[in-house]
Amino acid sequence: MALSEKEVLAGLAEIVAEETGVDAAEVVGDKSFTDDLDIDSLSMMTIVTLAEEKFDVRIPDEEVKNLVTVGDAVAYITGAQS
Amino acid sequence: MTQMTINRGADYSRILGLGAARGENLVTNDDVAGAIDSSDEWIRQRTGIITRVRANAETSVVDLAERASRDAIAAAGVPVEEIDTVILSTFTYPVVTPAGAPVLADRLGCGTAAAFDISAACAGYCYAIAQADALVRAGQSRYVLVVGAEKMSDWIDPTDRSISFLLGDGAGAVVIGPSATPAIGPTVWGSKGDGAPLIGMTASWLDVRDRGAAFPTLFQQGQPVFKWASFDMPKVAKRAIEVAGLSPSDIQVFIPHQANMRIIDQMIKTVGLRDDVAVGRDIADSGNTSAASIPLATERLLREGAAKSGDLALQIGFGAGLVFAAQVVVLP
Ligand SMILES: CC(C)(COP(=O)(O)OP(=O)(O)OC[C@H]1O[C@@H](n2cnc3c(N)ncnc32)[C@H](O)[C@@H]1OP(=O)(O)O)[C@@H](O)C(=O)NCCC(=O)NCCS
Repeated sequence: MALSEKEVLAGLAEIVAEETGVDAAEVVGDKSFTDDLDIDSLSMMTIVTLAEEKFDVRIPDEEVKNLVTVGDAVAYITGAQS
Repeated sequence: MTQMTINRGADYSRILGLGAARGENLVTNDDVAGAIDSSDEWIRQRTGIITRVRANAETSVVDLAERASRDAIAAAGVPVEEIDTVILSTFTYPVVTPAGAPVLADRLGCGTAAAFDISAACAGYCYAIAQADALVRAGQSRYVLVVGAEKMSDWIDPTDRSISFLLGDGAGAVVIGPSATPAIGPTVWGSKGDGAPLIGMTASWLDVRDRGAAFPTLFQQGQPVFKWASFDMPKVAKRAIEVAGLSPSDIQVFIPHQANMRIIDQMIKTVGLRDDVAVGRDIADSGNTSAASIPLATERLLREGAAKSGDLALQIGFGAGLVFAAQVVVLP
């Protein structure tokens, strides 16, 4: 069953917190992965891969650069769920 | 019809002794950062590398291999003339033929030992261990010298940002022989040839001769390689534990190919190794030495006392090909 944006956000925040140590409460809609959360390209790739596994979606490599904010990622993942 | 006789081998094989040789010079991040518009901080943060070891111009792959081999043979306590097989794993030997292994065998005094090179890049050491184990158990060989030796610095373009700054030179060697108890687990190995374009050389020799290409150097696509190593390789590592009849909590030492500290940390998490597992982290000081990296990391763990003889170690190599191999071994 497809998850709501709220559920995807919660799951994503958990992954980000686990990978980077930032507080899950900081992982909200308008935060930029790079500028606000200080996530580098290798952590981003790890987060994307863990999200693919967790939500059972494909996030193509060329799509990753468009996922600037947490909200972008939540929207993409929610939409990509079958 | 008369039947032919076939060999009967040992029930089990083991690593009897280990030796290591590192390039003579410590090259710092500052030494390599200028040519690639990078910095000490960037390189440390993305890779965990602080220095890499690089050999003198006049030091060859076989020189490095010979130094490591002499120590391995002495540690194993096997008379050199009883080594009947020499396997040199390298992809940086500078001629297509003849191979380096016969030259190495001759220098060491291994008489007429069978001697050949294998090309499996950063998986080459684990590939060679798989072969040595099989040869000893099949009765085809009794004592096999396995060497991973690389002079990566001959094949780098210092202005290349994708890989040059990671690489170092060195050799690690082990002697493998018969054992009364199991000490080399089944190898889980394989390849993924559709990943061939991800790590390789900028040109072939024919490109150089016929199409005016520059001297070939190494390059990679870092992101897909990072992803493959961090997420597919833990599955291979887990299988290697499983097929040895063990569970992750049995593993006392983890010695992955030294490609990137961040890959190592991700693998530990994903494989589910125990908190007090000793981990090979020689990359910080030696850099990525390809086929030499696992035995170099092993040598350091043993020398510094973080691991000891008899420990159960999981080792996994992965790299250009793409190719991979993992097995659990008892440390010498
Ligand atoms: C090589 C590696 C460290 C590169 O890191 P990366 O985060 O993937 O680098 P990217 O190419 O995505 O670039 C990210 C940023 O760093 C910059 N960058 C790339 N290489 C750089 C370098 N050597 N020094 C400084 N900056 C660099 C890029 O310009 C980019 O900057 P931007 O975000 O401002 O555009 C990394 O991909 C890696 O280690 N991969 C695994 C490789 C490996 O282990 N191979 C051997 C297997 S045997």
